[in-house]
Order: sequence, then structure tokens, then C-alpha cells
Amino acid sequence: MKKKILPRLTKLMSLSSAALLAGCTWDTLDPKGVIGLHEKQLILTSTYAMLLVVIPVCILTLVFAWHYRQSNTAAEYLPKWSHSNKIEVVIWAVPSLIILFLAVLTYQTCHSLDPYKPIEADANVKPIHVDVVALDWKWLFIYPDEGIATVNQMAMPVNTPVDFRITSDSVMNSFFIPQLGTMIYAMAGMQTQLHLIANEAGDFQGESSNFSGRGFSDMRFRALAMPADQYSAWVEKVKASSEQLDSASYPKLAAPSEANPVEYFSHVDAGLFDEIVAKYNNGMVMDKSTGKMLHVQQSAMSDMNMKE
Amino acid sequence: MFGKLTLSAIPYDVPILVGTFIGAAIAGLAVVGLITYYGKWGYLWREWLTSVDHKRIGVMYIVVALVALFRGFADAIMMRSQLALAYAGNPGYLPPHHYDQIFSAHGTIMIFFMAMAFMQGLMNIVVPLQIGARDVAFPFVNTLSFWMTTISFLLVNVSLFIGEFSQCGWLAYPPLSEQQFSPGVGVDYYIWAVQLSGVGTLLTGVNFFATIVKMRAPGMTYMRMPVFTWTIFCTTVLIMVAFPILTVAMGLLGLDRYLGMHFFTNDGGGNQMLYLSVIWGWGHPEVYILVLPAFGAFSEITQTFSRKPLFGYKTMVYATASIMVLSLVVWVHHFFTMGAGPNVNAFFGIMTMIIAVPTGVKIFNWLFTMYKGRIEFHATMYWVIGFMITFSIGGMTGVMLAIPASDFVLHNSLFVIAHFHNVIIGGVYFGYVAAMNFWFPKAFGFKLNEAWGKRAFWLWFVGFYFAFVPLYVLGFEGMTRRMNHYDNPEWHPWLLLAEVGAVMIACGIVCQLTQLYVSIRDRNLAENRDLTGDPWNARTLEWSTSSPPPFYNFAILPEVHELDAFAHDKEAGIDTRQAGGNYQPIHMPKNTACGFLIGAFSFVLGFGAIWYIWWLAAVGLIGVIATVIARSSDNDVDYYVPVSEVVRIEQEHTHNLMAAQAAE
Repeated sequence: MKKKILPRLTKLMSLSSAALLAGCTWDTLDPKGVIGLHEKQLILTSTYAMLLVVIPVCILTLVFAWHYRQSNTAAEYLPKWSHSNKIEVVIWAVPSLIILFLAVLTYQTCHSLDPYKPIEADANVKPIHVDVVALDWKWLFIYPDEGIATVNQMAMPVNTPVDFRITSDSVMNSFFIPQLGTMIYAMAGMQTQLHLIANEAGDFQGESSNFSGRGFSDMRFRALAMPADQYSAWVEKVKASSEQLDSASYPKLAAPSEANPVEYFSHVDAGLFDEIVAKYNNGMVMDKSTGKMLHVQQSAMSDMNMKE
Repeated sequence: MFGKLTLSAIPYDVPILVGTFIGAAIAGLAVVGLITYYGKWGYLWREWLTSVDHKRIGVMYIVVALVALFRGFADAIMMRSQLALAYAGNPGYLPPHHYDQIFSAHGTIMIFFMAMAFMQGLMNIVVPLQIGARDVAFPFVNTLSFWMTTISFLLVNVSLFIGEFSQCGWLAYPPLSEQQFSPGVGVDYYIWAVQLSGVGTLLTGVNFFATIVKMRAPGMTYMRMPVFTWTIFCTTVLIMVAFPILTVAMGLLGLDRYLGMHFFTNDGGGNQMLYLSVIWGWGHPEVYILVLPAFGAFSEITQTFSRKPLFGYKTMVYATASIMVLSLVVWVHHFFTMGAGPNVNAFFGIMTMIIAVPTGVKIFNWLFTMYKGRIEFHATMYWVIGFMITFSIGGMTGVMLAIPASDFVLHNSLFVIAHFHNVIIGGVYFGYVAAMNFWFPKAFGFKLNEAWGKRAFWLWFVGFYFAFVPLYVLGFEGMTRRMNHYDNPEWHPWLLLAEVGAVMIACGIVCQLTQLYVSIRDRNLAENRDLTGDPWNARTLEWSTSSPPPFYNFAILPEVHELDAFAHDKEAGIDTRQAGGNYQPIHMPKNTACGFLIGAFSFVLGFGAIWYIWWLAAVGLIGVIATVIARSSDNDVDYYVPVSEVVRIEQEHTHNLMAAQAAE
């Protein structure tokens, strides 16, 4: 037995240390977009601030425990001592100051990294729009400006803000590309917004980070960030697809499927996203830019409406 | 006739479950056989199952908690093993249907039936003794609470062998948990188990709140209350505030599922985020309900084994109370990513991190309790020191998650899993185990074996870091919770490492079992017996009576002159017991089977409702109501212990005390 376990253990140890040494990509700490970069910076800053008190506490715990051990009769022993105003002031003040610092940081970053806030980029760079629908168990990406749609793969030009509108046509999911930053819930009947940007080209993992049932583990997509010309080529590639997404073919796509392959649709019905949101709201959808409620023309969608 | 229940509900095609069933059946039969062989059924029924003695109820709670720990841990190690295997195309050995039930059951069991039962067990054993009371305010309600918790745990375990458990995570977020997406009985098992145990917990909250407010020994003002009692006091307030919210959440979800309503559905005007708001309105206070008593236990242990009073008692009390209040206004931090505005997020983020201030102060208080003390490295102190280090780290990662913009990338990742295990294992579990080691001799009259206790500590402590530090890393690598399989090669080594940690923790649990076994085996050795009732030279009233205490706790109610009443009396040479004093007949409650019966009928009600066997549910409901009416019209619920009996018991203890003193 021993003989078998030992090599395995060694293998395990070498594997884990190899992983440590190889500097594997810690996606969240290896951001490729400015939002993720700021979030990484925030995590590091807050960690350092707290380590200022956590490390001394851990050390003091060990030092006090050791120094005032029973057998060390040389250490001072004050069997009645249980109060000191000076110490009280310090132990309230130190955590309070750190939390004050973090509170200011929190307030600032809540505003600066608000997912609903458009990203400021060069005036001549126009953001692209992507509407995201979480389905069982795949992601549908609608490019309203291009009139195309894809499943489980999305692309974006680098250094171009991406404005997402996100909803779900099933249970709750969370739309997340770790290397670009912020995640946001996808909820049926609601539209959430998210603004991300990729500042480097790359092929990033995208995932649902909210458990959504049986096929959840394979509900992943690739987010491709590429130079503008390659992005145009990608759009053309999608447009060359023979598949189209309209009210008739949508229900087939929306039906539950697991580990769905990448799909391209050369045409998508304008307003599909609004219809998906509206079907849970008596045909109403809110225009987020104006805050007005609009009535959506329900096409074939109404067939697959809820039973009640 | 049998509603949804058919033979196909029995999962005889799942080898793991069949094996578990056979194991459980053999163990169950062995226990039943042993009880029958030794003819102990009558004893068990009269002295334990129908007992209203808070100490006995406390012990039974902790037995339930330990069983729940094994069940919950079995789930945990199965998950870790699945993720160690299910890599790069290997599906592992748990298909999603089974795996999803396991992680849902793990969380549900660990929180509701391990931690909550353990906590209620501790408060039952300790609080009345610590405040110098003879029992709790409502002894019958106490046994009822216990049985509601126990039958709910039974219900969860029945779901292993009949039907299925929820596959929606431990909080069963809608719309996934609605009929449309989860048509099976799993979520119904979850709803009924949580709902019924919630009744028990709420009653415990009311009961102990009343006990602490009304039944403290003469002279024990609020600012002379031991810290553990203070923490329980704040916990009972939180229970009374938070558990009704849970009842409402489960009730509304139940209405959606059973009557087709639309509180949380996608359609019909339902809103899933309403459920999140309500469930976390309970869920966040819940973690403080669990951890405050652990803080109390650490305080008692640290001052006892540092041989000096707790540093900053008042600070400790105010810190506890402010945590109690703050914990009610932070719940939105569980869903920062729903897209609320920056000001809402900032408010809840800042409120959350403010909790770190009183919590940090507490850590410093324990630190300065050790400062200039004479620390005895009893096994319980190991848990204290392990806790202080582990919990500081867990608190730090908690504040990281409290910053909304950080949470935007860490939410729902394994970082969150690592964080809350960091505080729940490092805080709650370490605290309860330390408390169990500390108060065990009080409950049973003999000490727990220290060597095995320390071994258990080291395995848990080191095992914890092996099991959960990798999860922090995986969180940074973008791995989300509740995944069944993956193909990212960078995750695999960390998950293997976490598996090693889980195995170490398993060894820690084995050490704890061995500790119990060895301690019971050696209970009659002179060094293990506690004849004085005060084995640790401790400071509070529970140590002034014998171990185990007589069923009436105190022959004469102690008088409290100072904080740490017993320490004060020992110093001043006052006999807290007032042995040989003016004994009076003692008014005590009679044992009753009503709590057990209401529990049993509630089980029938729950089981019937889960399977839509409405006649069975009606039987259960009528049974509950009939038992309540019968109990309410029963006037023969109490009696007086005659003075002669009190004198006999007290003299025996005095005799033991003198023998112990002579031996010294």
C-alpha cells in the first residue's frame, strides 16, 4: 500500500508546486480589460490595508500564547487585570480607521465601477451592442447592429466598449467573463446592463456563475477579443451561416440542451430580445435609455408563452 | 391513495444510495438491537426522549448535530472527490442529478441540523446553569423544539431513500426551485424540512429569551451576565427577528409550488429577487446566530485558561450587541450583482464592513485576555488560538467580498465558498467543538481525553487550510461554485489539494470519535472524573454545582454579587451552593411525551404533504392539533421535589467534594 501511495503523493505535490511555480493564469488576477484591471487593483489594495491589522493579530496571538504560557513563570502575571482605557482606544481606533479607508474606497468604486455606467473611450470609437440571453443551458448573443446572433461564442473588437443588455429566458444565471471583470445576473423578465472592454486581444473563458440546473457546468462560452479587421471578418463569417434565428426557430433553440456547440445565425429578428423580456411582462418592455414602457408586438413568441 | 409516491421513487438503481441504505439499516438495527438486549427502551423513553430537563435535551441536540456532521461531511467529501476526478472529459462518479442533490443537502444539513442543533444543544446545557436557574422558562416548549429539529433532519435523510432531495442549492433560489423547473419532490422535502425545523428554532429563541430575561439568579444584573449568556441572549433576539422571515420565504415558495401562485415565478408578476431579498433577510442574521455563541464560548474558555478575567467585558457586550443590530442591515451584499444602483450597493457594502470593527475588537479582547495571563494549553485553548488566526483571515476575505466592486468578480466563485467555510469552520465549528470539550465534564461528570482532542484539532486546523486555501485560488482562477465537471487544466491540481484537505478533516473527525470512545472507556479513572463540579477552576455559576448537576441544578438559588459570580465567591470564601442551608421543596416540570408526539405527527404531516398523500397529511395535522389540545388541557404538569430528596442529593455531592479535597 505504502509503495503505491507515496509516488502518488509525490506526484501530487510536484503537480501542485508546479502549478504554483509555473505562474498559471489566475483569471481574475490576470485581467485583460480596464474594468477587470481596476477590480484587481481594488482587491489588492483592500487586502493590503487589512493585512496591516490581520498580520499583527496573527503574530500577536502566537506571541502572547507562547510568552504567557503557564510554564513560563518569568512572564508577568496580573490575575486581576481586565481593563485599560488606552488599549480600548487603540483596539477600537485601528479597525475603525481601516474600515473608514475601505468605506471611502467602496463608495468611490461603487460609482466608478458601476456596471451600468458606460465606459469612456476615444470619441471616435463607437461602442458595440450585444444583447445576451441565458437559456437552458447556453448563451445566446444577439448583435442588434449587425443583425446576427451566435450561441456560446461572442466576439468583440479590442479597445472598444461593449454595451451588454442581459436577460434570461429560463432560470437565473450570471453572465461572467472573469478576465474582463464584473458579472451581472441574467433574470427572466428583467434586463440588466453591463459595460466591459477588452484592452488586449485574446480568447477568454465565459461562464454562468449562478447555478441553473442540470446542464450548468457546460454552460460556457468563449469571448474572443480581436483587432477591428478580424472582428469584421468574424461578423462576415457569422453572416455567411445558413442558419437564421426568427420567432419560428427560436423555440427550438430555447429548448433545454447541454454542452451546446457554437452556433452562428446570419439573421436574427430585430426585437427578439425585447420580445423575450416582454413575454414575462404582459408584452411590455422598458426602454432603459428613456425609462419608458413600450408595448412589444408579440409574434410567434406568444405561442410559447407561459401557460397561465 | 399514495399521491406521487410509487415504487419507482426508491432509488434502488443507484449503488451509492443502496450501499448507504444498507449501512444505515445495519447501524440502525445494531442500535435497536443493543437497546433491546440491554432492556433500555423504558429508560430511554422515560429519562431522555420524553425528558424536559434542559441538560438532557441539550445532550440530545448535540447527538443529532454529530450525526448531521457525519452526513454533511460525507456529502462534502463526495463533492471533493467528484471534482478531483471529473476533469478533462471524465464525468466523475456523480451525475448532475445526484451531485446537485449532494451540494444542496450538504449546505442544508450543515447549517440547519449540524450548526443550529449544536448551538441549541450548547445553549440548553449551559445557559440555565450559567444564570443560576433551575430550568428554562418553558420546559415543554423546549422538548417540542428539539423534536421539531430532529424530525426535520429525519425528513432530509428519508429523501435519500424515498424520492430525491432538492437540486437547487441550500437556499433553493427560484425560479429554479419552482414547479416549472423542479417538478420533483426534492424542493418539497427541502421546504418542509426547513419549515418544520424553523418552528423548533423560533420556539427555542422565544424560550431562551424569556429564560434569560426572567430567570437570572438574584443579583445577576444584565452587566453581570456571563459573556456566553450575553451572546446567546443576542442570538435569541436575532432568532426571533430572523426566523419568521424564513418562515415567510418558505411559505410563499410553498404557495407557489402547491397552489400555483406567483410570488417568485418568472411569469404572472412574480419576482425572483424578492425571494433573494427575503431569504437573505434571514440568511445573513443566521450566520451571526451561529457565530455569536461561538464567540461567547471562546470568551469563557480564554478567560478560564488564561487564569484571569476577560479583558474588556463591557466592550465585549457592546460589540456583541452592535453586531446583533448591524447583522440585520447587510443582507443585500449577497446579491450585489443583481444590478442595483451604486448607492444601494455602497450602503450595504459599507454596513457590512462596519461589522468588522466590533468583530475585530473582540479578537483584540481575547488577545489581551491572554496578555499577562498564565495560559494553560488545555485542548480547548488550541481551538481558541486556531480560531483567532483562521477567523482573522476569514474576516479579511469577508470584507473583500463586502466591497461591491470586488464582489463583482468574486461573487459565486469558489472564493466565496472558501470565505464562508473559513468563518463557519474556523469560527462556528471550532467554537462549538471547543465548547463541547469545555462543558462536557459539566454534562457528564468526566473529562474528554485531551490527547485525542489535540490530534483532532491539528487535523482539522491543517486540513482546513489544505481544503480551503486552494478554493481561494480557484476563485481567483474564475471557477464558480456548484460545478459538476470542468476541463480547465489549471484547476485540477488545486482540486486535488483540496481533496487532501478533506481527507485530513475526515481523519480529524475520526479523532473526535476516538476521543469520545476513549473518554467514555476511561471515564472512571480518577484523573478523568470530575467530583468537584469545577474541573477547570472556572469563573461562572454553572461550575458551582455538581457534575453532572442534579436535575434541579441548584438546591438553593445562588446569589450574585459580581461579574464572574463563582470566581468572586471562591475568592471571598463564600459557599455558592450554601450546602446544608435551608432547603425548600423544589418546583419542577414533569416529563411529557407531547413534544415527541407533536414531532412525530409533524413528520407525518410533512411526509404526506411532500408526496401529495393528503389523507396522511390530514392525519398528521389532526394529530398535531389534538396533541396540542390534550397538552393544553392537562393540568398535571409539575410536581415538588421533597426536601428529603434534595438533602440526599446535596449530601452526596458534599461528600464527593470533601473526598476530592482530601485527595488533593
